[in-house]
Amino acid sequence: MATDIRETTGSQPKYKVIGSRPIRHDGTDKVTGRAIYGADVQLNGMIHGVILRSPHAHARIKSIDTSKAEAVPGVRAVVTCKDLADPGDRRVELGEGSIILKHLSANVLARDKVLYRGHAVAAVAADSVHVADEAAKLIRVEYEVLPPVLTVQEAMKPGAPLLHEDVFTDEMGEKSKQPSNVAKHFRHEVGDIAKGFAEAAVVIEREFHTATVHQGYIEPHNATAIWNHDGHVTVWCSTQGSFTVRQQVAELCGIPISHVKVIPTEIGGGFGGKISVYLEPVAAILSRKCGKPVKVLMNRTDVLEGTGPTPGSFIRIKMGADASGKITAAEAYLAYEAGGFPGSPVGAGAMCVFACYDVPNGRVDGYDVVVNKPRTNAYRAPGATNAAFAVETVVDEICEALKINPLNFRIKNGAKKGTRRVDGPVFPRVGMIESVKAIKNSEHWKTPLKGKYRGRGVASGFWFNCGLKSACSATVNADGTVGLVEGSTDIGGSRTGIAMQLAETLGITAAEVTPTVGDTDSVGYTDVTGGSRVTFATGWAAHEAALDIQRQMVTRAAKIWEVPAKQVKYIDGCLIGPEGKRFTFKELAAQINETGEPIIGRGAADPQQPGGAFATHVVDVEVDPETGKVEILRYTASQDVGTAIHPSYVEGQIQGGAVQGIGWGLNEEYFYDAAGTMKNSSFLDYRIPTCLDVPMIETILVEVPNPGHPYGVRGVGEVPIIPPPAALANAIYKAVGVRMTRLPMSPPNVLHEILAKGSSGQSR
Amino acid sequence: MRDFEYEAPQTVAEAVAVLGRFNGQARPLAGGTDLIDQIRVGRHAPSVVVDIKKLPELNVLELTESGLRLGAAVPCYRIYGGCDINQKYAALADSARIIGGIQIQSRASVGGNLCNSGPAADSTPSLIALGAVAVIAGPNGTRDVPVESFCTGPGKNVLAPGELLVELKFPPRPAHSGSHYRRFIPRNEMDIAVVGVGVSVVLDDSCEKFVSARIALGAVGPTPLFATVAGDGLAGKSVSEKSIAAAATAAQAIATPIDDMRGTKEFRLHVTGVLVRRVIEEAVKRARE
Repeated sequence: MATDIRETTGSQPKYKVIGSRPIRHDGTDKVTGRAIYGADVQLNGMIHGVILRSPHAHARIKSIDTSKAEAVPGVRAVVTCKDLADPGDRRVELGEGSIILKHLSANVLARDKVLYRGHAVAAVAADSVHVADEAAKLIRVEYEVLPPVLTVQEAMKPGAPLLHEDVFTDEMGEKSKQPSNVAKHFRHEVGDIAKGFAEAAVVIEREFHTATVHQGYIEPHNATAIWNHDGHVTVWCSTQGSFTVRQQVAELCGIPISHVKVIPTEIGGGFGGKISVYLEPVAAILSRKCGKPVKVLMNRTDVLEGTGPTPGSFIRIKMGADASGKITAAEAYLAYEAGGFPGSPVGAGAMCVFACYDVPNGRVDGYDVVVNKPRTNAYRAPGATNAAFAVETVVDEICEALKINPLNFRIKNGAKKGTRRVDGPVFPRVGMIESVKAIKNSEHWKTPLKGKYRGRGVASGFWFNCGLKSACSATVNADGTVGLVEGSTDIGGSRTGIAMQLAETLGITAAEVTPTVGDTDSVGYTDVTGGSRVTFATGWAAHEAALDIQRQMVTRAAKIWEVPAKQVKYIDGCLIGPEGKRFTFKELAAQINETGEPIIGRGAADPQQPGGAFATHVVDVEVDPETGKVEILRYTASQDVGTAIHPSYVEGQIQGGAVQGIGWGLNEEYFYDAAGTMKNSSFLDYRIPTCLDVPMIETILVEVPNPGHPYGVRGVGEVPIIPPPAALANAIYKAVGVRMTRLPMSPPNVLHEILAKGSSGQSR
Repeated sequence: MRDFEYEAPQTVAEAVAVLGRFNGQARPLAGGTDLIDQIRVGRHAPSVVVDIKKLPELNVLELTESGLRLGAAVPCYRIYGGCDINQKYAALADSARIIGGIQIQSRASVGGNLCNSGPAADSTPSLIALGAVAVIAGPNGTRDVPVESFCTGPGKNVLAPGELLVELKFPPRPAHSGSHYRRFIPRNEMDIAVVGVGVSVVLDDSCEKFVSARIALGAVGPTPLFATVAGDGLAGKSVSEKSIAAAATAAQAIATPIDDMRGTKEFRLHVTGVLVRRVIEEAVKRARE
């Protein structure tokens, strides 16, 4: 099955390294099992920590008695929130969003209340993990159990149980008089929606519910810390951002950032969920108390109950189009779960909700609502998938009502250069329409789908991507290679993608660059691996480092040749001087040590134009009308990827995102009982797709270079998760005639709709 | 996790003695695919784990004219490894093939699956459909219990402290018989039955009429259920859409499913009917082959 059809649009410069598929630098270690992940860290004298977690979804902590646990032989330290610094009311900037410090602190170790089942309350360090485990059970916590509130609609009702006495609604800038579960209400507007709807020939308004889902990274959270006698602490962990861990640990422990060194290990997936700290400050304060290195690991239940997730939501969408199929107005109401503390991704959802389209008259209302579930965290295009499920389903209904091909509708209304998003920004050159046309031209779309109970659905998605700060340094070795130290922890093969940009600029091969992810003491400040920014921004930093090396090598060649530097040019990996003088990179590198100081390139970037990413997916399904089970027959994803630096990694990102979106669409959900206990906190009953549940995801890489990057890079990692639930919903409708407005579209939920429609039939 | 002792007795008598001595604080270990995880997560905290997979009587796998003997510790892969069992006791082989993945099937036993007594156990409906009898050794000798009477509630069964499941005995298969087990799972693998159905049918010489049928249901009650009315109702009836639909309706009538994270009551009831019909049809097809 063809999985890579590259389509080039516009003029494309020729690259030597970019666009090729070299073997990844970390490949050998990873396939042979030698790579060091967080749980592999071993230190002399290391002991083990265990977290005690709340059995209740909502309760006041009246007292904590740790004396029995402390008395167990082998127990070295027991800590509670009292061992963390007093956080005060400060709000801190963490690189990708800010947080109120006391909320972060209370999430790491609960203070006066527990706000979800699995909320960390205390921790024990002991000589063995089993001793720590048994000792943790001896900690007596006296709770006053309170009624839980589990959905945004319940939480927004007057008289709902209040999670926080000190959270007031930020009502479009005004602070509410009474505390509330609604932390924020904001609005974006453009044009005149009343006029827009009046001009519409068809108006569709629908309500949608989406379930809470987890990022589902395969590697559980982990942290190992040693608190030295000089007051400096070293933390090993798998994280999306070593510098944000450094800052969070410093803030929560009340020490300067320079006293914290974070050594990032390899990481087994993050998807946004490994930015916030959980275990790192706890390992640190356990180590401070007992003087030994302490390692703390989560198991899968801890991960599901205590970390992530991305929010469930309630969404209402109203859209109108004229008889020609032109959108006249669109309105969205987005209420997202924040979990136990404010900070849902509803803001991002509101930026993305109508971003695929030119909406002349629009209004978006967003609500950030606390509920008794784990504090939500970023998950691959956070907030956008929920919104797209709703909007793209309504778009499908409009197309049906107007009898318009859904791809033609998207081409007619699609965002392009100059289109203003409802929330304000005006698009530069983007590839929405190109991504749709690529699907229209695909062999998949052109192949008719035949058979009973089968249907084809399409959906599009947008993610804005981000820039942020990156740093690296690069040293020229005497053998003609370059050692590159960069600050972005590598989740998706990014160290190779970054090294390739350095290699391209220097005119050497990717294999001649040795990239290393540095710790916080050995590389410049670098923001998180998130927002689809690393290949874009850290790649740019590597390009800058390469230009810096070029300049120094030009100067050195000029010195050796005894000619003015302006007479030397750096072309295609060679130094070209007057009168036929010429060095290859390798030849000059061999002379560096004999001719002057070392050559070290410095690269730093804070790019401001990440270039949004658009994707359009098409899926064929077959639905068993008697069980509601959805089988995916074929799946194709097209995406504007800017420039594919390493096409295999781009395809991998698209395939991985699509599969996560399929899981979100079909089976994944946090299933709670009335007391707020998650009943499916294992990978047996929290059903992410297996390799037997999805076909090969075919990818179409559409390259519309980002004008805001030297190599035209756009982030590619996040947008592919956005279209799948809506594409599946639209395909299910075509197959069995039911409109799914609730996620997941699991067999019981689909069968329920089929039975309600009374169309089950007896045939197979 | 608490410390526990490990014992590996050499004879059934020794095993029964150890189990009796710890009076309920001992857990037998066959494949361990459930037990080890249950100890790890704290659902069981036994004082002693009694390894029974070294006992020869528990490793018997013997197909003769008088039927099939399946030792309680025989791992799943040995069941579908024998082609006669695949053909004659097809429902059992169906079950053995879908319990966990290949690694699990190399350790996990049908006897362990039965003794765990989960309502959704994938082999128990097949055992009931095929008329298996549990042979139990205890301090007072051995006793036989039909599998349909073995489970008494979720995780509960008739084994008294000190008793040990030794083997499962299956009656010989008549001519024109066929059997099948199928479950509904939301994914295509690595999942647990939301509804499971095991069926065995015996047809007459013309293969047009049911002589007898046994139908068992999993995951739709506190124990696996033996749908006697549904099965008996087929005896003497023609093989037809109508007779099979009537059996499906009768089977649905004894299901008492709950709403949980694996499925709703509505879903399980509906799918019970659908699966009973589909599984009877497949068992008939096999009987005719």
